[in-house]
Order: sequence, then structure tokens, then C-alpha cells
Amino acid sequence: MVTAAFTEAELRQLAWDVAAQVVDPEIPVLTIADLGVLRDVAINDGRVEVAITPTYSGCPAMNLIGLEIELALQREGFRNPKVRTVLSPAWTTDWMSDDGRRKLREYGIAPPQASSSRRALFGVQQVACPQCGSKNTEVLSEFGSTSCKALWRCLNCREPFDYFKCH
Amino acid sequence: MATASIQVAETPLVLYALRRADDALILGHRLSEWCGHAPMLEEDMALANMGLDLLGQARELYAYAARVEGRDNDEDKLAYLRDVRQYRNLLLLEQPNGDFAHTMVRQFFYAGFADLYWRAMMKSGDATLAAIAAKSEKESAYHLRHSSEWIVRLGEGTAESHARAQAAIDDLWAFTGEMFEVDDSERALIDAVIAVDPAGLRAPWFGMISDVASEATLTLPKSDWMQQGGRSGRHSEHLGHLLSELQSMQRTFPGATW
Repeated sequence: MVTAAFTEAELRQLAWDVAAQVVDPEIPVLTIADLGVLRDVAINDGRVEVAITPTYSGCPAMNLIGLEIELALQREGFRNPKVRTVLSPAWTTDWMSDDGRRKLREYGIAPPQASSSRRALFGVQQVACPQCGSKNTEVLSEFGSTSCKALWRCLNCREPFDYFKCH
Repeated sequence: MATASIQVAETPLVLYALRRADDALILGHRLSEWCGHAPMLEEDMALANMGLDLLGQARELYAYAARVEGRDNDEDKLAYLRDVRQYRNLLLLEQPNGDFAHTMVRQFFYAGFADLYWRAMMKSGDATLAAIAAKSEKESAYHLRHSSEWIVRLGEGTAESHARAQAAIDDLWAFTGEMFEVDDSERALIDAVIAVDPAGLRAPWFGMISDVASEATLTLPKSDWMQQGGRSGRHSEHLGHLLSELQSMQRTFPGATW
């Protein structure tokens, strides 16, 4: 175990740094810290407890993320780490870091826009193509390759692209 | 079926969570039946995605029902080891997929309701229900937009797509009244500001449905005779067939995991 030479605050920071490095299995350029999925790290009686929040209710990546956090902490010497899921407050794409948004764009996925227009039933969204930057784009399907993505197409460079939906 | 069904102590709160969980599971299962069969790839993905959202909502609600019940049951037992008469979902949601128009009209009627329902439930005095609602309403907003767009597309499309969409509305209309039904068990929870009173949702639901139907040049039936029974376990013949598929693995190999 990472020994008692550390204060509890130092242990917590260490555990946070380890957990924060875990990546989303579907979008491996994003860490769970970038996504805003990592909510809290606590040390209880020397045992680490990590709180994460699910993105979409049925997102199958959550199970794997929990497992990856436990493994990463064990590799660093934390014994019996525990991962728990918190539902409230509900995760929102507004929690995604600016760094995360930049990484998404560079990866070829258009980052989520401000969530204000989500309620508009037939609302018009404008999403810039992550390849060429053109705003001359159109939606192909609201539901894409994973729960969090929609499928779009650029009418300028003609490339299809994923858009990380507002949530 | 090899494994006996479980018994559930249906206190009002357990029953309330079970009803919402069953709604999500049964509709989610119906949508999953489209996987590999949808008219085009994008729709195949859309229907599977929505099914997944619903399955996630069902899991949270079953887990909560099991916690509140405080016995030996868990989310898997509640889903896999209850018989037809123990299921509490809306009759609308167990209706067969039919053609694509039937699936979309069923989705549209329910998503329009669920979207209002979850938003109202976010104000529940029960913290867990409020948290589940806060997650679910984001998903139902997408489900509603998706199905609304299809209703307009089908209604305004060809004579064939219009006729099929109208037939689906006529067929499924009698199942919509059940969404707004309340019994004594639920009334007590409404008074305690835990459950949502669906009476207040009827007018906004009807207004929204009417607007989209009118844009789609489709007509809502005048009939107000409504089918009911799902909330108390009296189901159409279709649910038993659905459950025999959904539960076959756990009933045949109890406790199987992989």
C-alpha cells in the first residue's frame, strides 16, 4: 500500500491523479476528468472511494470505467479501492473541460454546444465540422455510434463526422 | 420455466418504482427487437440507442425498488423472475412493433408523456426518484424529438406512409388514457409530494401531440374509450410472449452470468 508516510490529503490527491487519468473506452482521447465523470475522491480508513456519475443511463462504458479506475488504483498500490455511482446532480456536457473539447475536436468529433437549444423540438443547431471548420453541415441521425454521439455530415468537405450531443 | 417467480412486497413506493421500471424495460425490449431489422442503418442505431437509454432507466428504478423493498430481491430478479401478472407496465408499451409507423407512433405517444413526467418528477421529495428523473428527462427529450420528426415525415410523406401512420394512431389511441390513470396507492404518494400527478400532464401532452399530428396532416381519433389494466397486472396477450424471450436465459439457467 502507498504507505502511511503520506498525509490523508496527499493520499487523496494521489488517488485523484490516478483516477483522473482513466480514459473513456469509447473515446480514448478523453479522460474521465475531461468528461466531468469523476466527481469525488475520498479516503475512508485508508481506503480510497471514488465517486463517478453516469453519462447516459444505459451507457455500457460506465461498468468498464469503474473497473479501470479500480485497476489503476490497485496498480499504484491502493488496496481495495471502491467505486460508487452518484446520480445527483445529473451529469451534463457543460462539465466537459475546455481541454476536453479541444481534444475531441482534434480527434475528429465535434464537441457539444451550449445546451440551451436542446429543448427546441424542431430547433436548428449549427455544428462546425471538426475536419474543415465549415458551419455548412447537416444532421444525418440524432443517434450515432454510441449513446453520446449524433451523426453529422459536412456539406463543404463532404466528410461525415460524429457530434458529441448536448446532455 | 425452471425457476419459480419471486414474490414482491408491493408497498406503494415499491409499486411506484416498479411501474416506471417496467415501462422502461418493456419498451426498451420492444425497441431492441428492431436491431438488425430497421429500414436503414441510421434508424437501426437510433432504435437500439433509445432502447439502451430505457434499459438504463429501468435498471436504476429496479435497483431502487429492490432497495426500498429491503428483501432478497435485486434488479435482475425483478426483471427476470416476475411473471406476466406481476408486471405493471402500460399496455401501450407491450404492443408489438408492427410496421415502422406503429413503432414510431407508440414511441411518440410515450416519449411525449415521459418527457413531461420526468420533468415533473425532478421536483419529487424523494431524492433518488428526483435524481433518476433528472437523468431520464435529458434522454426523453431526444426520444421525443426523434419520434416527432418521424411522425411529420411519415404523415407528410407518400400516400402509403400517411395511411400507415394514420392506421397506427387509430390502433394505438385507446392505450393512451392509461398513462394518466392513478389508483389509491399512487394517490397517497402524490399527496406526499413523492409521485407525479399525471392529471396535470394531460393537457400539455394532448396539446403537443395535436400540434405535431396537425403538422403531419394526421388526425387524432375522437374516441375517448380507453383500454386499461396494465398497472394492476392485467395485460394483453403480447406481454407473455415478450417475457418468455426476455426471461428465457435466467429461467433456464438460474443465476447465469457471463
